[in-house]
Amino acid sequence: MASIKHKNAKRIEGLDKNVWVAFTSVAADPSIVNLGQGYPDIPPPSYVKEGLAQAAMVDRLNQYTRGFGHPTLVKALSKVYGKVYDRQLDPFKEILVTVGGYGSLFSTMQALVEEGDEVIIIEPFFDCYVPMVKMAGAKPVLIPLRLKSTATTGISSADWVLDQEELAGKFNSKTKAIIINTPNNPIGKIFSRSELQAIADLCIKHDTLCFSDEVYEWLIYKGHEHVKIATLPGMWDRTITVGSAGKTFSVTGWKLGWSIGPEHLIRHLQTVMQNSLYTCPTPLQEAVGRGLLRDFELMGQPDCYFSALALELKGKRDRMAAMLAQTGMTPVVPEGGYFMIVDVTALNQDLTHMGDDEPYDYKFVKWMIKEKKLAAIPVTAFVGEDSVKQFEKYIRLCFIKQESTLDAAEAILKNWNKG
Amino acid sequence: MWRRVAVYGPSLSVRLAIAGFHEKGIMSRRLHARRLEGIDKNIWVEFTQLAADYKAVNLGQGFPDFSPPSFIQEAFCNALTGGFRMHQYTRAFGHPNLVKILAKFFSRIVGREIDPMEDILVSVGAYQALFCTFQALVDEGDEVIIVEPFFDCYQPMVMMAGGMPVYVPLKPREGRGPALTSADWVLSPEELASKFTSRTKAIVINTPNNPLGKVYQWEELQVIADLCIKHDVICISDEVYEWLTYDGAKHVKIASLPGMWERTVTIGSAGKTFSATGWKVGWAIGSGHIMKHLKTVHQNSVYHCATAAQEAISVGFQREYDVFGTEDSYFHQLPITLHEKRKRLADCLKSVGLKPILPQGGYFMIADISNINVDLNDPTTKEEPYDYRFVKWLIKEKGLATIPVSAFYSPEHRDQFQKYIRFCFVKEDSTLQAAENILKQWSENK
Repeated sequence: MASIKHKNAKRIEGLDKNVWVAFTSVAADPSIVNLGQGYPDIPPPSYVKEGLAQAAMVDRLNQYTRGFGHPTLVKALSKVYGKVYDRQLDPFKEILVTVGGYGSLFSTMQALVEEGDEVIIIEPFFDCYVPMVKMAGAKPVLIPLRLKSTATTGISSADWVLDQEELAGKFNSKTKAIIINTPNNPIGKIFSRSELQAIADLCIKHDTLCFSDEVYEWLIYKGHEHVKIATLPGMWDRTITVGSAGKTFSVTGWKLGWSIGPEHLIRHLQTVMQNSLYTCPTPLQEAVGRGLLRDFELMGQPDCYFSALALELKGKRDRMAAMLAQTGMTPVVPEGGYFMIVDVTALNQDLTHMGDDEPYDYKFVKWMIKEKKLAAIPVTAFVGEDSVKQFEKYIRLCFIKQESTLDAAEAILKNWNKG
Repeated sequence: MWRRVAVYGPSLSVRLAIAGFHEKGIMSRRLHARRLEGIDKNIWVEFTQLAADYKAVNLGQGFPDFSPPSFIQEAFCNALTGGFRMHQYTRAFGHPNLVKILAKFFSRIVGREIDPMEDILVSVGAYQALFCTFQALVDEGDEVIIVEPFFDCYQPMVMMAGGMPVYVPLKPREGRGPALTSADWVLSPEELASKFTSRTKAIVINTPNNPLGKVYQWEELQVIADLCIKHDVICISDEVYEWLTYDGAKHVKIASLPGMWERTVTIGSAGKTFSATGWKVGWAIGSGHIMKHLKTVHQNSVYHCATAAQEAISVGFQREYDVFGTEDSYFHQLPITLHEKRKRLADCLKSVGLKPILPQGGYFMIADISNINVDLNDPTTKEEPYDYRFVKWLIKEKGLATIPVSAFYSPEHRDQFQKYIRFCFVKEDSTLQAAENILKQWSENK
């Protein structure tokens, strides 16, 4: 008999559902070409793997390290980001190492957000933002990116923008923070300097914090520039910037990330860290630190993995956009990141036989998995209820896949119209 | 130009960053969430830094300074070279190979079929398993009984979840002479019973116990179990040192007592099991109807744990499953090795006038320092408890690092337990030798 006392705490009420639970079991089926969940099926750079093998051979590196971040790693981070921010970063006070970018977001919310607060989230958003805000007891306030172009081809993520008046209207005295994600998952939008300035102006005017999820910061395609909102005037003191080793070095299974910000904010994230998991794995941190130092020396050169990976992915991005376009779908070519969303409206796929209790994109993805053996993720998983109509004709595909996976996808797409 | 900033609580100091100060000032409101109130201090941050700064012989923080067993290191290396999947996300609630072998291994011990997918959650160390448990089950106003002395994180974790810690002490058994072993420290059943109220959500036990080393006997666990059942309370059983018992003491899992499986969360640690604390792989095992709530916390906080380490641990557990109970088993060899070190350290402490309490299990030994008279002439530690001052003096003046035991007591009772310090004996013989030399020299010069 289920005891009432064994019921869950209120903070997690309603947070048990998760889009990945529904769609990752699909990944297990080898007959399906999986462009759904975002992880590479290309190998990580060999020097990163070697670094880990070497670290594991050192006795001391198999035991606890410094709680807020292994010294080798935080020093490497302060070097790399010191250069990027053009600022002296204190490795011990302005950096926290966490369990992935995910862990950084959690530490940030638990440290700085609580009941009575409102947090602005831009749609479409990486799906964990809303449940994390709710678990912290606060209210998510959503605002969608809107497509400003009416063209049917040549759409890019840059065509998706915020309405400035609408954005300003979301800020009030209860607003504790705004979360931005640039490059954005799933659209791939890179917020321009002027777009970030508009957000910064509102943060300063309303005295709010900014949580900037920049896990895809190195995956910037030619002609675009990644701008850190924390470098805009007045923003360093109110911004937490999140980064990820998993996305930087194609090792999502290492689950290491970091938060960078001013001491008076980072110290609260450190308090959460010391009361939640205390420290991250040592040998993994050592290996990431060494990898960062190696690429730090190469920054600006073609050998640097940070830029080499983006170059490799650009080809895959363009290939994916072309193969989708030839079926009649309208891809949104991303300026950054490794996802692409595509508008399936033009296919006119009738899914009325699947009922009407789910948004169109959920039905389309399930149908596509079954009929075409191709997996993607429905974009409405990344938006709130009010924006479903706006996004339900879009699905998200991941293109950080090896050529054989893309070949298989291309074969399916070429045969699409042959039923 | 300064903006007035509200300051909350004596433990909090807000430092304004002066650089880059915008004309309107930054964050005139309180920045941090209330859940962090009173939990910002942490002994490990302070004492590990001190031990490092003074390059002390480190018998303080609980980690081995010898290597993990070679079969585990090999397993890790094999995992690293085992194809791209080893470096990408695995199943969020636990890598399939790991949860399957954990289920198999512990089913045999607990005497019931444990479902790998429903009854197990893999976490970033036992620490995160504890965090998920408190966050999942403790609400504002819930009471959580904690047995003192306790691993220090239980109290701040209960507080962060909005709960109220209620303490019950282990005390030396009355009328039996000096309490020389951890077995002599017991709970009073009456006192324990009095701590249960209608608001009690859970009780936390740790066996073998850190710092005392007590290994709870079947009868003692039965008393706790009876109360849990009577008051419909959840039992959180931290068993990270489960393989480390000495002098024939047997580790008993409270979850195996009648009526307890459905209300117990049992926590374990690969770091302590395989002497690889830096891998940070742990788990919580319990009935699915409770575990699902821990999973919700996990999926909204870290979501996944590192893949390769989980794969390596699964290989380690498969090996131990195959040789369980034989002389080849690491779970058999490690306690034998540590048994020697435990004796060696206890003898050394006795010889210099410290009074150790011999632990039945675990990594640690506490010693009574009340016989030692030193001039703790350090103005920087004047306001601190005696054992904190003593430990800092020992680090700075003698180059030996230990941990003050009052850190493992509630703020309410800390004052009464300032005369013990904690030693970790899970160290290379050379480390123990170095500690011995320091203590002998100090004792000779007194």
